[in-house]
Amino acid sequence: MRSCYGLICGCGALWDVVSALPLQPRAVNVDLQTDATLQVDISDALSERDKVKFTVHTKSTLPNFKQNEFSVVRQHEEFIWLHDSFVENEEYAGYIIPPAPPRPDFDASREKLQKLGEGEGSMTKEEFTKMKQELEAEYLAIFKKTVAMHEVFLCRVAAHPVLRKDLNFHVFLEYNQDLSVRGKNKKEKLEDFFKNVVKSADGVLVAGVKDVDDFFEHEKTFLLEYHNRVKDASAKSDRMIRSHKNAADDINRIASSLYTLGTQDSTDLCKFFLKVSELFEKTRKIESRVAADEDLKLADLLKYYLRESQAAKDLLYRRSRALVDYENANKALDKARAKNRDVLQAETSQQLCCHKFEKISESAKQELIDFKTRRVAAFRKNLVELAELELKHAKVTMT
Amino acid sequence: MATSSERSPPPFPDSEDQDVLDSEEVGGRESDEDDDGGGDDLLFVNPSNPPLTKMDTTLPPASQPSDVLMEPPSDLMNDPLIEPFSSLTENKPTSKIVSEPSDDFVDLTNNLADSPEDAAESVLADVAIDTTEIPLDEPSDDFVDIFGGETEAPREEVVIANVTVKAAAAADKSEVTSDVTDPPGDLKTGSDFEQEANETATDSIIDLSDDLLSSNAQKPPLASDQFVDPLVDFLSDAPPAADAKIPSRATVDLFEDEGNDLFTEPRQTKSAKQQQKSLFGEADEDLFGEPLGATTKKPVIKEPKGKPVPTKAARDVSNMGGPLQDGYTAEPADIFSEEAVTTVPSIKKTSAVNSKTNGVHSEEDTDIFAEATVELSLDSPQEERKKGVPAVPSASAPSVSAATSLAKPQSASLEELDDDEEEEEEEEEEQEDKFDISISVKDPEKIGDGMNAYMAYKVTTQTPLPMFRNKTFTVRRRFSDFLGLYEKLSEKHGPNGFIVPPPPEKSILGMTKVKVGKEDSSSADFVERRRAALERYLQRIVHHPSLLQDPDVREFLEREELPRAVGTQALSGAGFLKMINKATDAVSKMTIKMNESDVWFEEKLQEVESADQQFRKLHVLVESLVVHRKELSLNTASFAKSTAMLGSAEDNTALSRALSQLAEVEDKMEQLHQDQATNDTFNFAELIADYIRLLGSVRGSFDHRMKAWQRWQDAQAALQKKRETEAKLLWANKPDKLQLVKEEIAEWEVKVTQYERDFDRVTATVRKEVVRFDKEKARNFKREIINYLECLLQSQQQLIKYWEAFLPEAKAIA
Repeated sequence: MRSCYGLICGCGALWDVVSALPLQPRAVNVDLQTDATLQVDISDALSERDKVKFTVHTKSTLPNFKQNEFSVVRQHEEFIWLHDSFVENEEYAGYIIPPAPPRPDFDASREKLQKLGEGEGSMTKEEFTKMKQELEAEYLAIFKKTVAMHEVFLCRVAAHPVLRKDLNFHVFLEYNQDLSVRGKNKKEKLEDFFKNVVKSADGVLVAGVKDVDDFFEHEKTFLLEYHNRVKDASAKSDRMIRSHKNAADDINRIASSLYTLGTQDSTDLCKFFLKVSELFEKTRKIESRVAADEDLKLADLLKYYLRESQAAKDLLYRRSRALVDYENANKALDKARAKNRDVLQAETSQQLCCHKFEKISESAKQELIDFKTRRVAAFRKNLVELAELELKHAKVTMT
Repeated sequence: MATSSERSPPPFPDSEDQDVLDSEEVGGRESDEDDDGGGDDLLFVNPSNPPLTKMDTTLPPASQPSDVLMEPPSDLMNDPLIEPFSSLTENKPTSKIVSEPSDDFVDLTNNLADSPEDAAESVLADVAIDTTEIPLDEPSDDFVDIFGGETEAPREEVVIANVTVKAAAAADKSEVTSDVTDPPGDLKTGSDFEQEANETATDSIIDLSDDLLSSNAQKPPLASDQFVDPLVDFLSDAPPAADAKIPSRATVDLFEDEGNDLFTEPRQTKSAKQQQKSLFGEADEDLFGEPLGATTKKPVIKEPKGKPVPTKAARDVSNMGGPLQDGYTAEPADIFSEEAVTTVPSIKKTSAVNSKTNGVHSEEDTDIFAEATVELSLDSPQEERKKGVPAVPSASAPSVSAATSLAKPQSASLEELDDDEEEEEEEEEEQEDKFDISISVKDPEKIGDGMNAYMAYKVTTQTPLPMFRNKTFTVRRRFSDFLGLYEKLSEKHGPNGFIVPPPPEKSILGMTKVKVGKEDSSSADFVERRRAALERYLQRIVHHPSLLQDPDVREFLEREELPRAVGTQALSGAGFLKMINKATDAVSKMTIKMNESDVWFEEKLQEVESADQQFRKLHVLVESLVVHRKELSLNTASFAKSTAMLGSAEDNTALSRALSQLAEVEDKMEQLHQDQATNDTFNFAELIADYIRLLGSVRGSFDHRMKAWQRWQDAQAALQKKRETEAKLLWANKPDKLQLVKEEIAEWEVKVTQYERDFDRVTATVRKEVVRFDKEKARNFKREIINYLECLLQSQQQLIKYWEAFLPEAKAIA
């Protein structure tokens, strides 16, 4: 159960299966790689029993780094830690924090592989090898996708004008030993859960507050709706793709069944059956490719923007929070003035809140505009690619 | 007797008639009876043949005896060679092909295996064709079997078909040889004939074995396994063969010399023969290795070959050639020793050719035959200068090349199956057109309300056939009428072994839904499915030549009002009775243990069962594909909706437009998937479901055959019992009862013959029907699947159109 990312790239046959997966970060970042001062990518990845090790490769001309080029090995948890450190940093409240990559989930495909191993005796050799190949291909696809997600996260951070200067990020890139970040324990998880509950309750309260700025007001309603829509669309596309894959699987089984029929039949029909089986096999390949491409181009895009819009929503929440804080501080200041007590303290806090709010507002505005252009570009790219791939596959089917 | 009954494969215990014949034959032989069981063996090996022999003996004089002399060798060699072949090629498609090159071999061996039969027969024609046929026939037969048991069936047919040809050939040959007056030379002509024939036969056989050994190392053990049987058979068959020859010598002077010649030899070897007999038991495994071993001994063998004294050569060879040849020489028959001789050159040749070409089969076999003919022409001047003989090689050469050339295009045509299939289809279509009748089932209509509601279908028939009153007519039929028709037909024709096409099953659930009157898609789907199935069902019936003639079918198609079919309701008393009947049938089926006499049926039955299993599996898969496709279409629809929503939420106008376009495309895709699912259902799933049902019918016809057999067996048992009582009564000396029993015996005898005839008839019908079914199946499948694939292509084309329209939209996003 070890497979090497580098090896995958080299392996011709398998490469074909996963070639639809873009090596370079997909979609999201058209304007990211232009900056030569800091380039981050994942050059290699290793899948072990329950974790994936990514080799993060950095190329930089920034003075903070000791060397120009270096690589470290990182795990998924460390990515999460980096993300959390961004989120928790008050400084970055005004920015859309790039969404953390999803946990690598090989369980399903691994389980299938295991099941296959158990059922080895019950099927014919051809069936077995076929199934195995398929599962391996599936596994590889998931693997590549995971790697790509992690890479996108790093690239986003590296391209961000502020976040790229973050100390934690630099440590993450440079420190060549284990960061010894551990997964959250139960207590912390519980805390997180409560925090989330509070936040969402707060979010509802805060959302009711009428915004002073039309832009933000509009953005807020848009994002709320957009998020829901994307969520819906992503779920639907997922389902669609799953059923597409199921259909492809069925076709595959039909092909093999036809094949056995062809070998058993003694009349001249057998050749015909074999031929049809071949044809089905081809159809199956194309259908599963279509499904995979849809998955990549459509579902992944939607999923990414689901997370991204969540991040943007979080940003807006933070801003609203700040706004509410600011208003509260104003009220407190008024009260203090009326009572003529702790005026200074209230004033400073009001100043602080005001400042914070303004800062957030400013950066948030920029971020949201960025987000929009990015999104449009990404959608355009992906949709064009999707259309082209669909065309290609359909044409292949024709021939 | 006990051993022979163990061995004899077919259950033909009618030994009475045989005994008569036996005693006649036994009378002719006295000097060299090996064992008394021999005569019985003979009978058991070819119990059905006595009438044949008679026919043969009567036929020769009838067929042109004078003609034969004019153009004898070419004629007689050509005929048996080409005749079996042409009949072979007809049957060829059904035979299993292991690989292309070996395919040719099968053809040739089979073909040649027949020709030596003929040749050998012709020598012994006046004796008993059948006895010699069996020993020669069986091994070669089984050699062919290695490549595909199927070929046996064609072979049988060939044998049947060629009986007259053989007889003619036999006559010709005997004429030739008898006309040539001087015995020694005469002998040699005969032997030369055989030599040539045997040479080619053994040639190809050994070639096969060589081929097997060289091509894949796994086959030989299997092959040797196969060989054990024929040899055991052969061993026990050999004595009768020999026995049979003795009377022939007595009657036909032409063989006298040969016999004498040989008898000196075998008598010397007689003591050795005992050993050899026992040797056979162990030697079986070695047999296959031996011919190969002989190939290595080639230079040694080569020398004796040239010698004109066949018997001596035979002995030489038998010493070297291994147990197989030993066995042959042990027989007091000249042919066998001759055969042993002839194996030598052939072995040499094949090995030489093999070493040369080393596995290039197509070259190989042509080479072999080329050399074989050369060898023959060398042999013949050496041994004999009779006018017929030089013509033999020249005659055989073209015929062999004709055979190969025939085999080649055939295998080529198999490769080009795909191209041919369309034409073939058309051809058969034309052929089918003689039942020029088209039936459509249309306009399902719900009649009545509630649980008494039923669907009525409009059955429209169009036909120019004179048996119908009008050219076009339409009747309304309800589903139970269709079922009733099937009941009637299967009752009438089922027992005769016809495959009656079954109607779609009753579906209580589906019908209830329709009855309840929910106008949802599933019930409409159900009705449509059923309608299509009924249409196909009727079409199958009217395309069946015998079923179309049935008055019930005509009535069903023509009469305005049909008496209500009774007993088709699933939940009625009749339905219950039917269930009980089915259960008892199943039980009796299990209890009947038919020892299958016909390999063809055994194989077919197996084939049908495995096909049935596969089809069932396939059907489940296709159904699940349909389900998934429907799911896909549903999901696509919901995705399209949410994409549209997303598009409306999007505030970038271009992107928003693109998204709504995408939504539209997805909407269309949904439709496409929906159509595809329907297509899957109707073109593919239904086809398979049909064939699952049809295979059930095929099995039913097999069962009917079995039942016929059982009836026959029962009658025979009863007869036996009666006979025993007769014997007892005879013993007890009760003449009054004896008369009664005798009458009964006569009655039962009539019954037995009647049932036997019934069984034979059913067997023949089933066989014909199954062949027809197979043909029909192949055609149907091809047509339907091509249809299906076309639909698939169309939907892909549609897909391309949609996405092409979408592409500029996506590109327009700024």
